[in-house]
Amino acid sequence: MERRWSPVFNPGNLLKAIWQWVDARLDLSPIVQHASEKQVPEHRHSSWYYWGGICLFLFVVQVLTGVLLMVYYRSGPDAYDSVREITYQIRFGWLIRSVHAWSANLMIFAVFVHMFSVFFMKAYRQPREFGWWSGLGLLGLCMVFGFSGYLLPMDELAFFATRVGLAIPETLPGMSGIISAVLRGGPEVASATLQRFFALHVVVLPALFAPLLGIHLWLVQKHGNALPPSEEAKPEAERKSVPFFPNFAMRDMAVWLVVLNVIAVLAALFPWQLDAAADPLKPAPPGIHPEWYFMSQFEALKLLGRVIPGTLGEFAGVGLFTVALLMWAAVPLFDTRTAPGQRSRNTTLFGLLVLIAVIALTVIGYIEVL
Amino acid sequence: MSDAPEESITRRVFVRTGIAAAGACYAAAMGYPVFQYLAAAAQKAEAESAVKEVILNDVEKLPAPSALMFKFGGHPALLIHHADKSWTALSAVCTHLGCTVEYDPHQERIACACHGGVYNPHTGGNVSGPPPKPLTLFHVVVADGKAVVSRV
Repeated sequence: MERRWSPVFNPGNLLKAIWQWVDARLDLSPIVQHASEKQVPEHRHSSWYYWGGICLFLFVVQVLTGVLLMVYYRSGPDAYDSVREITYQIRFGWLIRSVHAWSANLMIFAVFVHMFSVFFMKAYRQPREFGWWSGLGLLGLCMVFGFSGYLLPMDELAFFATRVGLAIPETLPGMSGIISAVLRGGPEVASATLQRFFALHVVVLPALFAPLLGIHLWLVQKHGNALPPSEEAKPEAERKSVPFFPNFAMRDMAVWLVVLNVIAVLAALFPWQLDAAADPLKPAPPGIHPEWYFMSQFEALKLLGRVIPGTLGEFAGVGLFTVALLMWAAVPLFDTRTAPGQRSRNTTLFGLLVLIAVIALTVIGYIEVL
Repeated sequence: MSDAPEESITRRVFVRTGIAAAGACYAAAMGYPVFQYLAAAAQKAEAESAVKEVILNDVEKLPAPSALMFKFGGHPALLIHHADKSWTALSAVCTHLGCTVEYDPHQERIACACHGGVYNPHTGGNVSGPPPKPLTLFHVVVADGKAVVSRV
């Protein structure tokens, strides 16, 4: 057949030409090749694979709504007024703020689910140790994000939560001066505290979070999804998998759509409110308690304080946390003796113990304050 | 047998259209609140600029010839006390590219430092330089030490 120049514009050819031009200069085809070959295992537990993607989606929601809030938020002495304007005056400001607050809580919840599912599927085992550690780092940053963001509206709850939150590490010997000088910016939670928490929340934490998230995602691409021991035990021929593109990516997006709807419903039906402005001369409101993700730590300190009163109890509590956290982080190092496909019951038991302790302490904490 | 492929194409088109429509609904449901949220500041400023009249106090203290800068509906404006004791009020926003102009009592003119535009201080007329239009002139009445500036 004779090839003729066609006057009909073909956008497909143009896109192809642009792609070839870019690819010749940036050598992107190996990435596309990798993505097209990527497989996701399919088995009884594969629904847990969605949770990392959920965390990522919620993080994007946080970035977008956070930028929007910054358009009207003013830190410093005006902070409370600006959040009141956002919540009650500016059109759809309540929605943006509620989405940011709900999505923040859901994100921390999703990160916890993701962490425990990785733990119980033994997805931290060689070669994925750095995935585990970078993930723990991201969780830690999420908690600091939550703590610093909580102060920004500068209402009563924010004020007392930050006061208590900073007072806990302050009881440790030698910490008092450091907390005051570095974090609080003075003897009282005030404008100076707010200003540095704002800088932390919108500049320092994102600057740390973004590269760590990049490493975390790169490691996931490098190593692929981990198989749980029950799947590893099967012969390779019996294992099933689906292509990442388009099958798994489509499912990921469907899950994100569900999450988006959940956020929309929560934000619309339970919009985030604003308390009275922080007043350092007012007594703390009754029933004041930390956010749910700090509740278990708070309650553990409280219970330990009853057994070992005074500074010694605080010291023991913080020491215990440090040891527990280090053990949690070191799991990939001591769970090495089991061959692939084996469950390593002691580690699973340790994980269950931690999970039950966290849930029990949170529940006890809520029973005590409500 | 012969209509089977045709029917499946129709179904594919239907599903694709449905997904595109649902996607457009989501984009609108998110885009509309975000646009309204961002536009709130401009709307507030516009509401402020709907001012019809501004009253300036103690204008008798203004020596002649000199001028006073004030805000009229969110934009800078000039109240000029001329050497002949007459008053002029006009917009201080250069009609060229929006710089704020300045009254020069020595040369009896209004000048814009950005690109050298020159206006007549009595009428606001563009005398020389790049300005394409005269400055907006306001109506001004001075009595009992108060200047009442309003739109013409």
